[in-house]
Amino acid sequence: MTTMATPTQNQPTTPTTPAPVYNPKSESVMARRIKSTIFHIVALALVAMVLYPALWMITSSFKPNSEIGGANNALWSNNFSFDNFATAMEGIGGVSTLTFFTNSLILAVGAVVGTVLSASISAYAFARINFPGRGLFFGMMIATLLLPFHVVIIPQYIVFQQLGLVDTYVPLLIGKFLAADAFFVFLMVQFMRGLPAELDEAARIDGAGHVRIFGSIMLPLMKPALISTSIFSFIWSWNDFLGPLLYLNTPEKYPLPLALRLFVDQTQSSDYGAMIAMSVLALLPVLVFFLVFQRYIVEGVSTQGLKG
Amino acid sequence: MTQSPTLSRRAASSAPSQPRKSRRRGADARAGYTFLLPWLLGFIALTVGPMISSLYLSFTNYNLFDAPKWIGFDNYVSLFQDERFLQSVGVTMQYVVFGTPLKLAAALAIAMLLNSKRKGQGFYRSAFYAPSLIGASVSIAIVWKAMFGDSGPVDQGLSFFGINLGGWVGNPNMTMGMMILLTVWQFGAPMVIFLAGLKQIPADLYEAASMDGAGPVRKFMNITWPMLSPVIFFNLLMETIHAFQIFASAYIISNGEGGPAGSTLFYTLYLYLRGFSDFRMGYASAMAWLLVIVVGIITLIFFKTSKSWVHYSGDAK
Repeated sequence: MTTMATPTQNQPTTPTTPAPVYNPKSESVMARRIKSTIFHIVALALVAMVLYPALWMITSSFKPNSEIGGANNALWSNNFSFDNFATAMEGIGGVSTLTFFTNSLILAVGAVVGTVLSASISAYAFARINFPGRGLFFGMMIATLLLPFHVVIIPQYIVFQQLGLVDTYVPLLIGKFLAADAFFVFLMVQFMRGLPAELDEAARIDGAGHVRIFGSIMLPLMKPALISTSIFSFIWSWNDFLGPLLYLNTPEKYPLPLALRLFVDQTQSSDYGAMIAMSVLALLPVLVFFLVFQRYIVEGVSTQGLKG
Repeated sequence: MTQSPTLSRRAASSAPSQPRKSRRRGADARAGYTFLLPWLLGFIALTVGPMISSLYLSFTNYNLFDAPKWIGFDNYVSLFQDERFLQSVGVTMQYVVFGTPLKLAAALAIAMLLNSKRKGQGFYRSAFYAPSLIGASVSIAIVWKAMFGDSGPVDQGLSFFGINLGGWVGNPNMTMGMMILLTVWQFGAPMVIFLAGLKQIPADLYEAASMDGAGPVRKFMNITWPMLSPVIFFNLLMETIHAFQIFASAYIISNGEGGPAGSTLFYTLYLYLRGFSDFRMGYASAMAWLLVIVVGIITLIFFKTSKSWVHYSGDAK
């Protein structure tokens, strides 16, 4: 983009451009402006296309059933109302939607606490302590990133069933407290490796042990990594479907994704409006998170390769 | 790097500073395993243990109620005579082979479009990324189903252009297209990663190429592609592995049945139905292990072939 300042020897002497009648500089400004406008038009058109489903979902949730689908698919309606949300909040099978929200929240907060604690502690071992077998275990941890987790769900289910833990939150949360999401361990290891080693050395000379180094030096410096981890483990837990589907049987314990499935099963598209309103409600916390933390989220993805 | 503790202890007697060091090494080993404990416990109890037992179960007829009986390779043999299984393989393969490259192509194209110093880049980046955050959720699966249903907005929109396909959801020839569109829609995550990679490419490479008279195609082939190849490799590997494991959207869109006519019977959905609806857990374990083996082989192939097209800065720019 930038114009080359120094013409080099092997560059052919400026071809026979006639003496400039026009001012080349102002033309390039014009050209740049046109290019920039085209860029924004194209980009905005693409954004509109990509965000259309989300927009359709939000406007539909305010529309009466008769206007969703059928010949009336414009985004706008003169009959916008909160009726669908009122129906959606009533819940399903005698369980209020508020209960489903609470359940989702308990699971997500549990996941955040467990993941942040276990991943940061384990990551400290990988990043800062020299012990035999470290390389081997690190390799194994990376390997679990690629492992399809379906290979472990059947035996896990059998064990939890024998322990009488099916239909509790234990199977859904225990993995979080045992750093089972290797992604987060990896993220934190990478982050800690970027912190200067002199910090530990100085603390050691002052007589600090690993617990103190971890607690009072590493943790405070790791704030960005802890925040990305919290955000992503919250959202992943909030959206998780397979885990609750496997382990939870009573609707009173359902988080939102399962409640949504129940809703779909029972209404069978007779009440599209309420179904879509409930879908919107279920995504609301994620959208709020995204709006508030988008910098952390997008940075987290671009530097750590985190999946959305 | 790791000297065995006994060796260093023996050497300790000669030099005065050594005992302290070896004591520290012993303390480090203890501290290391203590800090590693959460992960190590999880790794053994939730990954290695279950992997071994599912390998064992895959050779049995276990059904959750009766004691498992060893049946050798029967599960693996009957898998290949099971038409539904073969269909699920076909469906998943189609999804991986078409969906992943399309998604990555969209991601790369838009990343290249956005890779400039123009204003509003942060906004565009966030807007394109948003679907990746919500795309795998039950909510979006419901919305997708409504949008692609009979006389939904997609049907309406296409009819406007004279294309009358009807609803995609009930048409076995169209469901795959709809699922692929759902994954392509989530191109934002790899796009953000591509964008970070593009920013690492030194601008003077392009300037030098321009001076040599290279056009955009040659610049892409000779600069962008090789310089970006580690990132392309990373995205390709991760997206492929994830594509094999699609579950929630397929479950919701097909009401947990894989229909119509098995056209959305994805591998993991069939695994779930066998294991947790029919309780044929031995059979489902065999499916799970086949998946691990296939994903393992694909990963290996990726790494082997990567030597010929992935260039890491360091080995000859």
